[in-house]
Amino acid sequence: MTVRKTTPLAVVASAAALVALSACDSKSDTAGAAAGGGPIKVSASDTACEVSATTAGAGNLTFEITNKGTKVTEFYLYAEGDRIMGEVENIAPGLNRRLIVEVADAGKYQTACKPGMAGAGIRGDFTVTGGVAKQNDADAQKAQATKSYADYIANNTAALQEETGKFADLVKAGKVDEAKAAYARTRVYYERIEPVAEKFGDLDPAIDVREADLEPGQQFTGFHRLEKDLFKTGLQADSGQIADKLVTDVKELVTKSKALELTALDLANGAKGLLDEVATGKITGEEETFSHTDLWDFQANLDGSKGAITSLRPILQAKDPALTSTLDKEFANVQGLLDKQRAGDGFKLYTDLSQDQVKEFASAVDALSEPLSKVAEVVSK
Amino acid sequence: MTSTEGTRVSRRKLFGLAGAGVALAGAGAAAGIGIDKATSGNAEAAVNTVDFHGEHQAGIVTPTQANLHFAALDVTTKDREKLRQLLKTWTDAARRMTAGQEVVAGGAIDGGQYAPPGDTGEALDLPAANLTLTIGFGPSLFDGRFGLAGKRPPQLIDLPLFPKDKLDPARSGGDLCIQACADDPQVAVHAVRNLVRLGFGVTEVRWSQLGFGRSSSTSRAQATPRNLFGFKDGTNNIKSEDTDFLRDQVWAEAADGQAWMAGGSYLVARRIRMHIETWDRESLDGQQKIVGRTKGTGAPLGQTAEFDELDLDVGGAGGEKVIAEDAHVRLASHQALDGVRILRRGYNFVDGSDGVGHLEAGLFFLAFNRDTRKQYVPMQQALSSKDAMMEYVQHTASAHFAVPPGVTRESSWADTLFS
Repeated sequence: MTVRKTTPLAVVASAAALVALSACDSKSDTAGAAAGGGPIKVSASDTACEVSATTAGAGNLTFEITNKGTKVTEFYLYAEGDRIMGEVENIAPGLNRRLIVEVADAGKYQTACKPGMAGAGIRGDFTVTGGVAKQNDADAQKAQATKSYADYIANNTAALQEETGKFADLVKAGKVDEAKAAYARTRVYYERIEPVAEKFGDLDPAIDVREADLEPGQQFTGFHRLEKDLFKTGLQADSGQIADKLVTDVKELVTKSKALELTALDLANGAKGLLDEVATGKITGEEETFSHTDLWDFQANLDGSKGAITSLRPILQAKDPALTSTLDKEFANVQGLLDKQRAGDGFKLYTDLSQDQVKEFASAVDALSEPLSKVAEVVSK
Repeated sequence: MTSTEGTRVSRRKLFGLAGAGVALAGAGAAAGIGIDKATSGNAEAAVNTVDFHGEHQAGIVTPTQANLHFAALDVTTKDREKLRQLLKTWTDAARRMTAGQEVVAGGAIDGGQYAPPGDTGEALDLPAANLTLTIGFGPSLFDGRFGLAGKRPPQLIDLPLFPKDKLDPARSGGDLCIQACADDPQVAVHAVRNLVRLGFGVTEVRWSQLGFGRSSSTSRAQATPRNLFGFKDGTNNIKSEDTDFLRDQVWAEAADGQAWMAGGSYLVARRIRMHIETWDRESLDGQQKIVGRTKGTGAPLGQTAEFDELDLDVGGAGGEKVIAEDAHVRLASHQALDGVRILRRGYNFVDGSDGVGHLEAGLFFLAFNRDTRKQYVPMQQALSSKDAMMEYVQHTASAHFAVPPGVTRESSWADTLFS
């Protein structure tokens, strides 16, 4: 399914945002140090930037900016090195605007008004007190987890690139039966790393859009377009071009994924997101409309989810052994149900499942997804 | 109230009871007091009734009632006159039922012993419960069967298929619709059931939907309710107090193309299945980012109170927008849509379970606007293609109706269209 996942971290894909969100990891127990009192008033003019308080406790800080000047202005809170903590732009003369910013760590910060919305602005020092120290052990564990998962991604993207090349060659050679046999096998590598693919908003639709989800003006390309050509309409005049484009898009995805920096929270949310894909796309048989090879994708989503959890396992085991054993049990349960549907080196078609079997899958996925949804909070502590 | 009622206990007499200042506790109160005393109150008191008459139909800006029964019908006759007559019959019945009366005088129990009752009776003893009945005409009514092709308003388009729609044709479309809203579900069901019955031989029900837990407010006097995702829904909705917005964005005018629609509006109905189970596994932070508001107060992210103006420019750490580019509130906001607004009357629904253990639940979205082409369509296009929430919802039914203007005490729903 190619809908962009909206796990908290997938909403924002830039490295800067990831840094900021991982900073939230260490702030969960700073509530007691949150800033008291009302909002901090900022009176901005063309030549001054008066801030009603220059110190505050760590936590949520609220600034209320009034532009008393004649130029449109903006307001920033910077951490050291001019790292932006929060900003509000386009404050027209006479307007009041509000900025709420989470500051987890004590330290030296700077406020800035920028009349005319240019230059370094009118700066003032701002001190934040309280906060908590970074937990270095936990950070090291998380770094190890993300490194381990990066290896998993690298292995699968390499296989994806290779298998997609073979699949495209079969399509271009008009070898329909062989291409059909290769279709589901090739997609496995994509479905395993789907949370990563979804970080690239333009590539995921190009590679994995379903016909029913096309947006106006969007071309039907990628795996599912070839699925339709192979399993329903027969190869089209442009099937070869679509295959070439798929190879190009996959190659770009592989390149970009190497540069992606993931956090431990990304892993947790990705593991959950993959099971959501199963619950909304595979259980309903909507993903593989023409080939009905949904169970291959189901297995791959499960693999990918397990891959992420495996990387996080040392952290989970240390912090919540009960949750870890529940996850082990439920992963095994879903795998057991899938194993019952194997046929040859693959699976039965989705359309061969009885309603009772579909229901059994849905119920097992729910039983796994519930504890999975608790992983992010455990990891963030 | 007129004096044409029968002598036995009837719905309007319970009104009288309430009008006299006695707490209305349904049949129990009446039973304790006795019929005579119960009917001795001020029978004219309009307690819990919404005036059926006016420039616009009731049930649009009326403060949203608690429950809904919506029905879409197909016209089965080809006889224009029969259709016109039915609309008059419906108008009379609706005029009575919205006033808390039986569908015909003495209908439930005072008719002949060997004829079925003229009113089905399940609303007997119940108050009017602010019942409103609102009717609409679908695009298919203007296909030529009734000589109405030239009357089709340009605004009454066949709705396009939006990305990710999974529409069930068996519960989409319809020649006519009846929207019944009431504070008691049985009162709404009674009203639709009786109108449908009056229509047998002329109309048949194509599909229908029950709704509960209004998921929008249409008046500033109402608190914003929550939808099944647990969020306040419709904070930025047009309210009945927003007279300028109503004039510009809800009520049709003669100059819009079809004079018979002046004072009317266009109703979009969409059944939106919510994937409750996967939503419930989304973190609070994730839910709030998807919606663009906090779950507690309903304040826009970056603001503090529910009705604080959405500020789409507030940036957070690293300069990222606090309200994400794909947040629901951003895409649905008038700020992002060139000032476009709509008036919503949504309801939650739960139609049992779906056979794999998940709730068959969601939002039955009803919205009124002046020109669906310029208001609902671009809004939904933006949501269907970009909204982060689309991961958790699926549109499963769709319909569009022209809602004619209101009626006077003498006129009927048929009048402007058939004149």
